[in-house]
Amino acid sequence: MNNAVHKLKPGNDDLIVDNIHYRSRLLVGTGKYRSFEETQLAIEASGAEIVTLAVRRTNIGQNQNEPNLLDYISPKKYTILPNTAGCYDAEAAVRTCRLARELLDNHTLVKLEVLGDQKTLFPDIPATLAAAEILIKEGFRVMVYTNDDPIMAKRFEQMGCVAVMPLAAPIGSGLGIRNPYNIRTIVENASVPILVDAGVGTASDAAIAMELGCDGVLMNTAIAEAKNPVLMASAMKKGIEAGREAYLAGRIPRRAYASASSPIDGTFFS
Amino acid sequence: MLVIINGVETELADTVTVANLIKQLELTGRIAVELNKQIVPRSEFESRLINKGDMIEIVHAIGGGQSTFNW
Repeated sequence: MNNAVHKLKPGNDDLIVDNIHYRSRLLVGTGKYRSFEETQLAIEASGAEIVTLAVRRTNIGQNQNEPNLLDYISPKKYTILPNTAGCYDAEAAVRTCRLARELLDNHTLVKLEVLGDQKTLFPDIPATLAAAEILIKEGFRVMVYTNDDPIMAKRFEQMGCVAVMPLAAPIGSGLGIRNPYNIRTIVENASVPILVDAGVGTASDAAIAMELGCDGVLMNTAIAEAKNPVLMASAMKKGIEAGREAYLAGRIPRRAYASASSPIDGTFFS
Repeated sequence: MLVIINGVETELADTVTVANLIKQLELTGRIAVELNKQIVPRSEFESRLINKGDMIEIVHAIGGGQSTFNW
């Protein structure tokens, strides 16, 4: 029993992104909730420590006393991860990150996504590469949304992205891990955290991603659009933890036939 | 003088600083400002002037995870 794996205990296994340690491997978005109160409660129930938000135009001349998301999700309590959701070209993504950095007092950790089309929300990889290059040069710490393509994942890592975030299925689809073999290969090749981003529908999907060896999962719709988002947030937390522990514990190999768990020697019948 | 604020043509009475514009628009929350696609750091709000034809973007943080819509 001299194997390092046996030294791992539950709860003693941090996620490290850009040199910061996190206890939770679940990252959550703040979109699609019915209210800021619900957002806050769901995020608390999820145990997430990294929380994404979007940057949008301020409504001029309309209700300036409206509450602000940041009043509910405090940057003092959470690592805020601004994302470039809604950007369809590199320039828009880069400008969004620069605005976010200003908005959040020189915050440099960003989630980059540059989308290809509105129907699939699949990433535009050449545009994502172009944006990542500029952002890294400008000192941003880039977590990048990409396809479940091992070659691209490695490329993003090599250019200096601090985490690679392959999709499991289209954003908001809830279809689960559509290509576990690719996700597995991406994880095996990686030396930065691999976080499944998009496609998770329910707690077992999150567990599967973690069992494949992913370092974490980012989700939004699966929690926010559940009938009871706060309860689903709690379920996701457990799914992530169960999957992670199962991965570390090491599952048994799959066998084509049965394998008895009680000894066959010493039975009194014959 | 005509400027474009968040994509909308807007008539301003006079050349103003970014800080003055924010005050005129009664914006109080945490915002970030871009002038002709360049960031205006908060420390320069008092000194940066807005001129005729300028394009101003004023943004804030909202809920978001992954994309759901275009801006």
